[in-house]
Amino acid sequence: MKKSGIIMCIGSLLLLGLFAFPLWNIMLGAPQYPIPMGMNIYIDGIQGVEEFDIQNIDGLNHYIGMKTIPKPEEMWEFRVFPMVIGGMAAIGLLLGVLRFMGKISYKWFLGWFIVMAVLGVMGMYDFNVWLTSYGNDLDPHAIMKITKPDGTPMTYKPPLLGFQKMLNFDVTSLPSTGAYMMFVGMLLTVVAFFIGKKESAVMKNKGKNY
Amino acid sequence: MRKYSFIALVALGFAALLNSCGKGEKSASSGALASNAAEKVYVKPGTHDDFYAFVSGGFSGQLSVYGLPSGRLFKVIPVFSQDPEKAYGYNEETKPMLNTSHGFIPWDDAHHPDISQTNGELDGRFVFINGNNTPRIAKIDLTTFETTEIIEIPNSAGNHSSSFVTENTEYVVAGTRFSVPVPQRDMPINEYKGNFKGALSFISVDPEDGGMDIKFQLMMPGFDYDLSHPGRGKSHGWFFFTTYNTEEANTLLEVNASQNDKDFIAAVNWKVIEEYVNNGGGTKMPANYAHNVYDEATHMATSTMKKEVLVVNPIDVPGAVYFLPTPKSPHGCDVDPSGEYIIGNGKLSADLTVHSFTKMLDVIEKKKFDGEAYGIPILKFEDVLAGTVNSGGLGPLHTEFDGKGNAYTTFFISSEVVKWKLDTWEVVDRQPCYYSVGHLMIPGGNSRKPFGKYVMAMNKITKDRYLPTGPEVTQSAQLYDISGEKMELLLDFPTIGEPHYAAGIPADIVKKNSKKIFKLSENKHPHATLNDSEVRVERDGNVVRIYMTMIRSHFNPDNIEGVKVGDKVYFHVTNLEQDYDVPHGISMIGAQTSELLIMPGQTETFVWEPKQVGVWPFYCPDFCSALHQEMQGYVRVSPADSDIELTGTLGE
Repeated sequence: MKKSGIIMCIGSLLLLGLFAFPLWNIMLGAPQYPIPMGMNIYIDGIQGVEEFDIQNIDGLNHYIGMKTIPKPEEMWEFRVFPMVIGGMAAIGLLLGVLRFMGKISYKWFLGWFIVMAVLGVMGMYDFNVWLTSYGNDLDPHAIMKITKPDGTPMTYKPPLLGFQKMLNFDVTSLPSTGAYMMFVGMLLTVVAFFIGKKESAVMKNKGKNY
Repeated sequence: MRKYSFIALVALGFAALLNSCGKGEKSASSGALASNAAEKVYVKPGTHDDFYAFVSGGFSGQLSVYGLPSGRLFKVIPVFSQDPEKAYGYNEETKPMLNTSHGFIPWDDAHHPDISQTNGELDGRFVFINGNNTPRIAKIDLTTFETTEIIEIPNSAGNHSSSFVTENTEYVVAGTRFSVPVPQRDMPINEYKGNFKGALSFISVDPEDGGMDIKFQLMMPGFDYDLSHPGRGKSHGWFFFTTYNTEEANTLLEVNASQNDKDFIAAVNWKVIEEYVNNGGGTKMPANYAHNVYDEATHMATSTMKKEVLVVNPIDVPGAVYFLPTPKSPHGCDVDPSGEYIIGNGKLSADLTVHSFTKMLDVIEKKKFDGEAYGIPILKFEDVLAGTVNSGGLGPLHTEFDGKGNAYTTFFISSEVVKWKLDTWEVVDRQPCYYSVGHLMIPGGNSRKPFGKYVMAMNKITKDRYLPTGPEVTQSAQLYDISGEKMELLLDFPTIGEPHYAAGIPADIVKKNSKKIFKLSENKHPHATLNDSEVRVERDGNVVRIYMTMIRSHFNPDNIEGVKVGDKVYFHVTNLEQDYDVPHGISMIGAQTSELLIMPGQTETFVWEPKQVGVWPFYCPDFCSALHQEMQGYVRVSPADSDIELTGTLGE
């Protein structure tokens, strides 16, 4: 019980990495940008990889009529995400401690994981919705209006995951340090579940029911 | 008979075979050599050179930046001459850089770049360079590759034995080539002898910001002070100057200044003089000289006239100056990396004279003097001599070092570089130069730590070496590989103006410090427009100020009305970009000045005095973006008595 509780605590605490490290990273390289510009997406806002990257990306995006990259106060996500992550970490930590003290069943861990996974998928869905609207909602008076081969207007949705060529830009979108910490943390909560299951089986054999 | 002829045929065939084999080998080997040289200077597209070479433009007044080994030109840094390309000396911000006690001087003759040092090694912070004609020393900042300070040298003329730095950049030294009356006065020229003075100026360099200030001027006898170098290592604290015209002739110098068999190398113990000065020694003398400083925060230069200079008479400071007799009007004065050898290149001779610093100290201690000149002791020639290099060449000018015990000397008359060994003085190799080489440069070759991979020779004459371009043809640089025992010519490349001298440094020391942009948040220009909400047009009498911004791809404002004939219109233009390599320019039809070329985050100003009624366009001359051609605007100029309100608009 002690072991599964400790692992659950560690797993939950790893979520807090999202407060220090970016969740996602999007890099934009082009012939004129051999040193690519980049955006680091944190749970509470978007920052440039280099000091002036956001300003320079916005500067280029005005040619194709994209909106400027949102400031924290412009998106509810940047207020809600920190609360969700902080809340889930706190709940996970509480579950781990209770388990350590022998108060609760290991099955709570799986419950936490399922909730977290659902929230994660919802978060990704929301992120993709934002990317789509950001890439499609273009100023009708844009300087450059480019059409696809089929005649429909070109849109500029960055990829959710992976690489995409967009006009002269090579766009790469990948999870970043904070996300990897979260993935490891979530994996650890599953590990905690199985260890807890084993612990309980041993206890059961000893005649104790947990 | 038949048999004989058969043998003869076979023999002939064999001989032919041998012959062709020999030929084949020969051409194959020379082909391999040539391609080897090409490989050594080939820097693949998109990759960087190993060295920066800062090559003076001589009479162009500027400093060019080349890469070695490729010989590619990256930038011409305007220093002493106006440059319409960069608006240097044309825009309101940099005009003060070219101010002197003679007023605005748009040109000079730039000679000897030298890179700042720490502990005798290149530190890559600054390049100093001298202006010969109207004596000045300039400092170029190697974070921006721009001239940031120029100080005029009073009591000096033909500022040639300059601008060499001491081991920790304590001083940059400027010696006069022409002696002059001090202070300047109306007097007969033929009363030169005994009356003219030669000022050697020690300019202190602030260790923090590099700020220059003349600490003292040593008032030497009226000789010509030709070149100089500081001591290194054991001789740190001394400075050595070659002299000619110790005859003190004032006319037909080519004959009259070549009469003495020996002139001098003046050995100056600047540490002793520094102490003397710090203890209140020297005389404050009225003077008038310009000190021009460019401030990176305000993006503006200011010129201040200084009114006083501290003068030191050498005979007032015991042990400060000695003369080392040196044959045949020595030109270059070079000190080896250890600081032991002082090489005088007697330009009218075949030989080099090498003095020993250790022997010099010994002779001074034992007072083995051979008379004196104007109260300055002359040391016995034989007792300070370390050796003589019997070069076999003619007209030695300058020597640099590879740090491996070898010295390389240029010969102007015999047009060659000669490699010789320190200590044994034997000549080990010689290679021709095309033609009439002056200085040569090994990166760090005049410091304690040379990077002895290449030597670059700088030639005054090229004649047939390049495609002809009328009577005036290019001067050139030649690059030799000196990593082996024998020198190997790798490359010829043309240069700007006269490639008088150069300073080279490993690229890694410098390139990491090169700035990409100026931050708008640090822009303290009094007329900066830091965002579009500050854009405005203002009138004060007939002075109109347009506070304008530029960003891809428009000016704000781009429609200006209410300007009148007779107005003086200041365009204060700020580039709002914060992206690397996105400058914008502006040029106005009929403005009697150059374009502006404004780096991201920078503010510059030009003045336009419209003389004709009409609607006059301006545009961006730098191809900044895909919509560069759209980056344009109009100014409506109305008659002087019109009452149209002054407005500046964008997108209305």
